[in-house]
Amino acid sequence: MIEGAPWRRWVFFYIPLTLFVFVLLFPFYWMLITTFRPDGELYQPWNSPRYQPFWTSNPTLEHIKYLFNETLFADWLWNTMFIAAISTVISLFCGVLAGYALSRLNFPFAGSLGTGIFVTYLVPQTLLFIPLAEIIRNFKLGDTPWSLILTYPTFLIPFCTWLMMGYFKAVPRELEECARIDGASRVQAMLYIIIPVAIPGILSAGIFAFTLSWNEFIYALVFLSSPGEKTVPVGVTSELIRGDVFFWGPLMAGALLGSIPVAMVYSFFVEHYVSGLTGSVKG
Amino acid sequence: MATIAIAVDDRQKRPRPRTRVLEDERWLAFALLLPTAVLLGLFIAYPFVKGVLLSLSADRVGVSGGFVGLANFDKIWNDSIFRTAVWNTFWYTGVTTVFKLFLGLWLALLLNRHFKGKAYIRAAILLPFIIPTVLSTFAWKWMFDPTFSVINWALFKLGLITGRINWLGDPDLAMTSIIIVNIWRGVPFFAISLLAGLQTISPELQEAAAIDGAKPWKRFWYVTWPLLLPVTMVVVLFSVIQTFADFQLVYVMTGGGPANATHLFATYAYQIGIGTGLLSEGAAISLAMFPFLLLIVIVQLLYIRRVETR
Repeated sequence: MIEGAPWRRWVFFYIPLTLFVFVLLFPFYWMLITTFRPDGELYQPWNSPRYQPFWTSNPTLEHIKYLFNETLFADWLWNTMFIAAISTVISLFCGVLAGYALSRLNFPFAGSLGTGIFVTYLVPQTLLFIPLAEIIRNFKLGDTPWSLILTYPTFLIPFCTWLMMGYFKAVPRELEECARIDGASRVQAMLYIIIPVAIPGILSAGIFAFTLSWNEFIYALVFLSSPGEKTVPVGVTSELIRGDVFFWGPLMAGALLGSIPVAMVYSFFVEHYVSGLTGSVKG
Repeated sequence: MATIAIAVDDRQKRPRPRTRVLEDERWLAFALLLPTAVLLGLFIAYPFVKGVLLSLSADRVGVSGGFVGLANFDKIWNDSIFRTAVWNTFWYTGVTTVFKLFLGLWLALLLNRHFKGKAYIRAAILLPFIIPTVLSTFAWKWMFDPTFSVINWALFKLGLITGRINWLGDPDLAMTSIIIVNIWRGVPFFAISLLAGLQTISPELQEAAAIDGAKPWKRFWYVTWPLLLPVTMVVVLFSVIQTFADFQLVYVMTGGGPANATHLFATYAYQIGIGTGLLSEGAAISLAMFPFLLLIVIVQLLYIRRVETR
């Protein structure tokens, strides 16, 4: 703790920390309050005397009703969930196998392959989205969930592989050798000895990959066109803005409800998420 | 135990050919890496090659235009909007990175203490990083709305402004607003990563320095900071790549406006390539990011190698 007088503790600790927390969380409060505010209150100019920013006396569900009755929000939620789940499973499958190979097997070019995967980890989606849109069209995948299920692993696999390599390296070699002496084949040793030990790592990678796919925007924006196929971020962007008119109530309701699934997954697995996040940085 | 060993022995006497192949490390490695190689080859390497070819031709949506050499790059080089976008990208990346590092480190140092409810605070401050960027950016756009802005209201009540501020309508202010949102979104990532770095530093070093009479500031500068530098480097380089190639934040906040003043590489590439359908030109704008990204990646690889061989 901070030494010295109590005022020092306030100035150097409590006040800055409170400010950080306030600023970091305020936009979510704003989302929440806007969702339940009736339109009449919502569209009060900031300098009108009737502007009351922090509370609403007439909470309403009209925006949420609009979202589910007038737009395809339920479909978007389902699409996002489905795409995020399947691409996470694919990426975990590939990442665990590749991570095992790169961290525990001796073969030519292991080092350069590892570097290659690390480099693809750093390729941003915005570098390749235009040629990739052409490829998706040529493969006849445009406007289907598969266009995203197959492309999201490109940024999830490198991350999963990288994280799993760290976990596999930490498993002592003797453990595997014991199994081999007892007659297990390499594949058996991998499946029954090494992978179970690395399950916390797999969980971390999975949680992190799931939130990343939930967050993805540009591929979903470019590859999907019919309203019923869209994901939450794209659906909210394209269907709740008509020209210059923003439907702020439903927009904020959509933002709030679209955030809840990912926030829930996160809150159940905070520790795994954090270790995935920091593991991805430390390697 | 003995019977199990015999059973396994029996199986090994007549191994199926498939399992025998997988006993060889090279074949096993090949098999394990195959799914990854196929996906990354199909959706990263192939689009990259296609992107280069596309940028050297004159294709539009549905029209193949043939090979034109470097004409697209020549065209964008002389395009004033592209030049603004390049400048914006560097400004955006530079300013946000400095603030994110400073604020993130500050927050990490605050969180590196013991206090009640620390776990909850730590979980809560990561929210800006977890919640899909597009959705939280809409909340910011609503907060910056010229007519209904709660920020204007707060500044007015605090007596800092007398009239309204048109946050997203003025080119310079729009860029500043975007920068603020990016910092907001990025600080938690910096804070949590640096906090993880801080926790690996033994508190005994701090105590030793304190006993030797070092003031808090000196303890930070001569003990903590050098030990934290490897983590800091990696976090900064990651963040620089993400920020440099950012798209969603600008797309939602301004769409590149007002009057094309806030474009980044990615948003301008989208506007040209997808918006107006000039595929080749869009691909060229995207690929123009590549040399800069490559440079950052090389720096990162060299740095990691140096740390590993030390």
